Amino acid sequence: MSILAVMEQRAGVWNRTSFETLAAARRFAGELDTTAGAAVLGQSIGHLAAELASQHLEKVYAVEHALLQDYTPDAYTIALRQLVELAKPSIVLFPHTYQVSDFLPKLAASLGKVAVSDAISHRVDHGKLVLARQLFQGKVVVDARFAGDAPHFASLQAGAYPPDKLGPEGPPHHAAPVEKLAPRISPGDVRTRPLDLFRESQQSVDLGAAEIIVSVGRGIQEAGNMPLIEKLAQVLGAELGASRPVCDAGWLPKDRQVGGSGQTVAPKMYMAIGISGAIQHLVGMKASRTVVAINKDPNAPIFEVADYGIVGNLLEVVPALIEALQQSK
Amino acid sequence: MKIVVAIKQVPARDSQLSIASSGKWIEEADLSYEINEPDAYALEAGLELKEAHGGEVVALSAGPARVAQTIREALAKGADRAIHIEDENHAALDPLATARLLAAALRSEAPDLVLTGLQSDDLGYGQTGAILAELLGLPHATIVMHVEKLDRGIRVKRELEEGWFQHVEMPLPALLTIQTGIGKLRYATLMGIKKARTKEVRRVTAADLGVAGPEGAPAASVTIERLYLPQRTKRTQLFEGSPQEAAAQLVQKLRFEARVI
Repeated sequence: MSILAVMEQRAGVWNRTSFETLAAARRFAGELDTTAGAAVLGQSIGHLAAELASQHLEKVYAVEHALLQDYTPDAYTIALRQLVELAKPSIVLFPHTYQVSDFLPKLAASLGKVAVSDAISHRVDHGKLVLARQLFQGKVVVDARFAGDAPHFASLQAGAYPPDKLGPEGPPHHAAPVEKLAPRISPGDVRTRPLDLFRESQQSVDLGAAEIIVSVGRGIQEAGNMPLIEKLAQVLGAELGASRPVCDAGWLPKDRQVGGSGQTVAPKMYMAIGISGAIQHLVGMKASRTVVAINKDPNAPIFEVADYGIVGNLLEVVPALIEALQQSK
Repeated sequence: MKIVVAIKQVPARDSQLSIASSGKWIEEADLSYEINEPDAYALEAGLELKEAHGGEVVALSAGPARVAQTIREALAKGADRAIHIEDENHAALDPLATARLLAAALRSEAPDLVLTGLQSDDLGYGQTGAILAELLGLPHATIVMHVEKLDRGIRVKRELEEGWFQHVEMPLPALLTIQTGIGKLRYATLMGIKKARTKEVRRVTAADLGVAGPEGAPAASVTIERLYLPQRTKRTQLFEGSPQEAAAQLVQKLRFEARVI
């Protein structure tokens, strides 16, 4: 078997982006003329392995150990090294989640490798896989190839490979065999102690319900310019949102942050002002119906998702926009 | 507590980027540089820990001669001394090669805590910290938003997806990658800038550290084929002219085409 998708679960529940990785593994296998398998790590994961067995795969690995119940980078790295030794995949794929980015660099480095992290697309050239990933916050793309002996490692950006539909209407397929692996891990190998997951105090702002959101990024430059954005939001009857740097700087509270670690929104109109559009922000707003971008950089990735745009200095464009809105009332 | 903060100098955030004729890196002429933003927060976290618990903050950076400027700024903000690994091959695009250099420089330091930003704004691998932990044999946690010193070790707050967090405890020495917003970034004071001139900067090369140069280094497991600017897939309607003209056109479209206002 050659392409191995490592799925992510917590407390018996899938991280859904794992199924994007699974779809990519099947697709890569088809294009590279090899087979695809999948693995799940944890404890009491029999039902998850059984679910994978119906997913048109050559083989499924259930890696079970009490020390894999709660994620730690040490236990996952040890278990995955043993899995790789057993399964001998040529390419191991992961969803690019926070958890994967915590252990994958360590796993790859322990085998003298570098993982291609956060890949966005691929092509096959003369039977070899070429992966594309973003540099400079999405402003540049690089094509990379694996060199040297297998195994090779890559993680895939959320949304890059839509999960495929394998329903009853799909071609009939035999259930894949499930091989159990009980990795050798001793408590002394695990140096970090994970405690419970928690959320901060109840969010007071629910941007998910807003019809119009005016969102501001680092292009605003300083706190003194914030009233300009507040005025625009007021004229539009919009909620205020922000990209991470604005909340990091304390110019808006954390509960107005849109993006990967903040809220996910899909309003009728999302106006991104001075936001360059790094992927961490785009994942939180790209489902918006109409996206407007105002940015001084014509190459800012935000224009990749914008329906309407103005390239210019927001300190000049926003006052003009406020005036035009007031006049058109 | 002896704290090492690994920092990287990257092209300034609003740089207009173009691809070098080699296709393997960006055109560097005319670029200005600054500290990688998450690394600035890692430095801030290190300085705050030192203020609370005493000890020393050592700034560590690998890169060409221009990196000296970023190191001076770290010293001016309060780092006690610095190590500059002089490396002209900075566009090597491989976090493992970088981590090998950093690890070699740290072996004689024996820090209690190694901090770095969770990712770089240029290459964006988000891997160097966790790789460095592996090479140094240290426990680690990534995407850290808070660090608390315990009697034995530390408790950190990790950021997870969709507003979730997790506390993780570990013994020292350890390595943490720091998320932006962990503290409020300080500015260098005039006194700090003055003092920075007298602080020690140890300059070393890969050869000094016993790390093989490009010819003797282990083969890279990932090779760069080419860099390019992304192709636009969505056709954005852009409005031009003066700000007033552009704004007027936008309002027309929002009202009569998108019908959202």
